[in-house]
Amino acid sequence: MDAILLSRLQFAAATMFHFIFVPLTLGLSVLIAGMETAYVRTGKELYLRMAKFWGKLFLINFVLGVVTGITLEFQFGTNWSRYSAYVGDIFGSLLAIEATAAFFLESTFIGVWVFGWKKLSPKAHATVAWLVAGAGNLSAVWILIANGFMQNPLGYVIRNGRAELNDFMAVVLNPFAWQQFAHTILGAFCVAGFFVLGISAWHLARKSHEEFFNASLRIGAGVALVASILVAVQGHFHGNEVARIQPVKLAAMESHWETRANAPMYLLQIPGENGNVLEALPVPSLLSILAYNDPDAVVKGLNDVPAADRPPVVITFWAFRAMVGIGTIMPLIALFAWIKRRDIAKHPWFLKLLPWAIPLPYLGLQAGWVVAEVGRQPWIVHGLMRTSDAVSPIAGGQVGFSLAAIIVLYTLLGAAGFFLAGRAVKQGPDAAH
Amino acid sequence: MLETIWFLLWGVLWAVYFALDGFDLGMGMLKPFLARDEYEKRVIYNAAGPFWDGNEVWLIAAGGVTFAAFPLAYAAMFSGLYTALMLLLFALIVRGVSFEFRSKVDSPGWKAIWDGCQVVGSFLPALLLGVAFANIFQGLPLDQNQVMHGGLLDLLNPYGLAGGVLFVLLFLSHGALWLSIKAEGDLRERAASTAAKLWPVLAAVIVVFLVYTWFATKLFTNYLTNPVLFLILLVPVGGLVMIRVWLAARRFWAAWGASAVMIIGVTLFAVVGLFPAILPSSLNPAWSLTATDAGIKASSSPLTLAIMLGVALVFVPIVIGYQFWVYKTFSSPVTREDLEY
Repeated sequence: MDAILLSRLQFAAATMFHFIFVPLTLGLSVLIAGMETAYVRTGKELYLRMAKFWGKLFLINFVLGVVTGITLEFQFGTNWSRYSAYVGDIFGSLLAIEATAAFFLESTFIGVWVFGWKKLSPKAHATVAWLVAGAGNLSAVWILIANGFMQNPLGYVIRNGRAELNDFMAVVLNPFAWQQFAHTILGAFCVAGFFVLGISAWHLARKSHEEFFNASLRIGAGVALVASILVAVQGHFHGNEVARIQPVKLAAMESHWETRANAPMYLLQIPGENGNVLEALPVPSLLSILAYNDPDAVVKGLNDVPAADRPPVVITFWAFRAMVGIGTIMPLIALFAWIKRRDIAKHPWFLKLLPWAIPLPYLGLQAGWVVAEVGRQPWIVHGLMRTSDAVSPIAGGQVGFSLAAIIVLYTLLGAAGFFLAGRAVKQGPDAAH
Repeated sequence: MLETIWFLLWGVLWAVYFALDGFDLGMGMLKPFLARDEYEKRVIYNAAGPFWDGNEVWLIAAGGVTFAAFPLAYAAMFSGLYTALMLLLFALIVRGVSFEFRSKVDSPGWKAIWDGCQVVGSFLPALLLGVAFANIFQGLPLDQNQVMHGGLLDLLNPYGLAGGVLFVLLFLSHGALWLSIKAEGDLRERAASTAAKLWPVLAAVIVVFLVYTWFATKLFTNYLTNPVLFLILLVPVGGLVMIRVWLAARRFWAAWGASAVMIIGVTLFAVVGLFPAILPSSLNPAWSLTATDAGIKASSSPLTLAIMLGVALVFVPIVIGYQFWVYKTFSSPVTREDLEY
């Protein structure tokens, strides 16, 4: 196999694995900081126990997110050196700013968080928790501004045979990047909300630590409800931005082939790479409305895009459906949990169901990123550089070796992490180390 | 001018990374030799506990700055050193995880796995960083299209391996000194006596490496042109001497500080020798990737360099400030109550 395909597979494997851990880090860090602040404000021991229990799970997750993140920064150079040389003037500086302004803060203070329980006052410790949470989310801002440049390149000029920065604020204020940030962060809070909800329900179904997990469940339900509603609403506007800036991606998301006004959506549709295999039960104008908030809007179809400029349609289409489907189920589950939050014990079937809802936001986020990244193909930087022109001049064999090693290593580490998290969950709060 | 400033900053970031992560990598390598029981092993893990993650970000920052300030060099270096870098990453990954996972299950088998990861994950980065930088010092086979020829085995030439040995020794000594600060009792004595035993070996290897560098690289060219630059050598040499003096006086903090200064001095000595090349080409000097116009210019645009300089001038002092606070807060020796890992 060639270096391009292997490098793409490797980047996909490394990123998707990294992104199993990042969303929980982003969301749960804020919840834990909130618990510590609640402890400082009220003096209730319960909040401290909460911060410690959820913190233990947080740390197992956090370290896997950190170590797998290092691979990503280096992979731009190892596997995508032509890309790095071509857009490094802009993209590289965004990664460097992320490291200097955010990642340093997060990584330095996570050590203080772990080791500082006895050395710091509760108030100072809570401040450290907020620093960790704030820095993690600030990291996401810079990383998504960098990704936003790949989706919607702004603020550059082609000079000296490469893309050079000419308007830093345009890069930073890229509206597409901020939509992606909002969508990702809200998704991350869905992950954290459903995580806390599901694990609390698991214990409540077994009637263990009821006070502790009832309180936790209420927090999880509230966060899951707010985040899952907001992510859906904001997702609509993000979709509008995709339609405006990346009409070809939108067409692939919907497997939409004929350019037309009053574009319908089909309730029954099987996509193909050269046209729909099946389309039935059209809802008139729905696609035009969803994409442009206007039934008469013209939606570009893939038939008007040269085959070489089209992304893989089937993957993009189904990934989008998976994301939207999950995005629809999540608010319903969260709403029911929130309504029943005070007498949830009366609904044992629901307590048994909630742990199974933990994977939903994870899958939704992964599917969403598949839409974003597969749907951007064949471009590595939308409209500016093709993925096939971006790969390093390296032998496929080297990449094959590293890809295999990454898969084996990550699988083992993931299994170890899953085992430890499962153990910590079962042991419950107040367990010794 | 901006390019020159960034070249120096680039060197400083790598130097600080070596001086900070160096001691926890060193302790990771020393652990199987110094720890006699489970408690002492845990002391060694916890001696790095609050610091290792923040230290490692200096590597991310150094990598990020290479990308931001010298994208062509980042592209050529990271793709050219592909296999070595992947090994470095895998090592750092299992090492990072071993800190967090090891103490979570009370089983000897489980702990042995992570102990192994910690040792290998500390030794490989030390060795590979030394090998990689020594190869950079002597020049890499870069062609006119910034494509590097040769693979991992070509890096393992005698000078490259000498660099690997030097880095491993620097970090071993640095780690032993840190453990002399952070451990108590027998373990501290063993750490201090290890540092004392390593010192003559380290001094000899540094001298041999400098002489070898004279013959194997062009690093001394800048120094012969501007002999006043030789004063830089006083930094690592002074650091080396002071390690011995303060170690004998049992002033461990001072000795560790001298070791950090020495590591920074060694790195800066080499970086000044490299200037203006970031990656010298061994095939043709004109194909070297340089900060200025001397070879193939690898720098970012003046606008990017200016903005990044602003970012660095604001944030790097802040980072140094809070990391200093962390070192101060957790400066006392590790006791039974402090064990989190």
